[in-house]
Amino acid sequence: MRNRLVAHIFAANRFHIKPNTMRRDIFQAIADPTRRAIITLIALQAMTPNAIADNFNTTRQSVSKHLRILTECELVKQEHQGREIYYSLEINKMKEIDKWLNQFRKIWETRFNQLDKVLSTIKKQKK
Amino acid sequence: MKRDLLFDFTVDKAAKTVFVNREFAAGLSLVWDAFTKQEILDQWWAPKPWASKTKFMNFVVGGRRFWAMVSPDGQERWSIQKFTSITPKTNFKMSNAFSDKDENPELPGSDWDLNFSEQNGTTKVSITIYNESLARLEKIIDGFKEGFTMTLNNLEELLATLSR
Repeated sequence: MRNRLVAHIFAANRFHIKPNTMRRDIFQAIADPTRRAIITLIALQAMTPNAIADNFNTTRQSVSKHLRILTECELVKQEHQGREIYYSLEINKMKEIDKWLNQFRKIWETRFNQLDKVLSTIKKQKK
Repeated sequence: MKRDLLFDFTVDKAAKTVFVNREFAAGLSLVWDAFTKQEILDQWWAPKPWASKTKFMNFVVGGRRFWAMVSPDGQERWSIQKFTSITPKTNFKMSNAFSDKDENPELPGSDWDLNFSEQNGTTKVSITIYNESLARLEKIIDGFKEGFTMTLNNLEELLATLSR
């Protein structure tokens, strides 16, 4: 049993298999248009749930639900000021998404730069 | 010269779709071949230091390409592409799925739509990739982590993308 565990940890490190699902959760969080709109709103300033809800044609309960999901994904943080709770954006978590997308873009960039070379080689051979 | 060629990459997270547009300094026939012939594909499809190895490719409607991305130390990640529609030198569509070495697909996969057009000797390729799950996209990147340096763009740029 112990050996299997060690082997699993080894494989996980080696092949970058991540047991945590945190980052997947982030993408589920931002796959929703209302949640994306909330992110854009509170990127500019910290806001209370009521102030956020004023921007949407939806119930406060629904906005609360979205805020809970965003909080669970650590995309937003809460700050208590007196009786009010203010929500603001967790910038580092957002950067993580940005970093992830850039890696994907980089794959395509590299792939196409390689194709440029292949195409120019074939063109030369044909001449 | 290369700098003038278009390259854009956008992700519409709500629609779970990735758009990639790129121009190439070559004629339509050649670019079409580069995307549809296995001996050319294997020369560029895998970003270095990875290598692309195609076991077989039957570029007809209903045909398949069974291929692997091979890491520098020889690890193979197999995938199956199934061609669902082909309009020569104009468009082809395929479904894509990771698989094991025995051709058993891991679903869900992604659906690809590739368009080709030529203007003044420059060929533009527009690719639309629909993924059933964004987690799957993440898996692609995790597989490539080695060999890539990460770039951090600023938050404003990200927000502009998100609000689109």
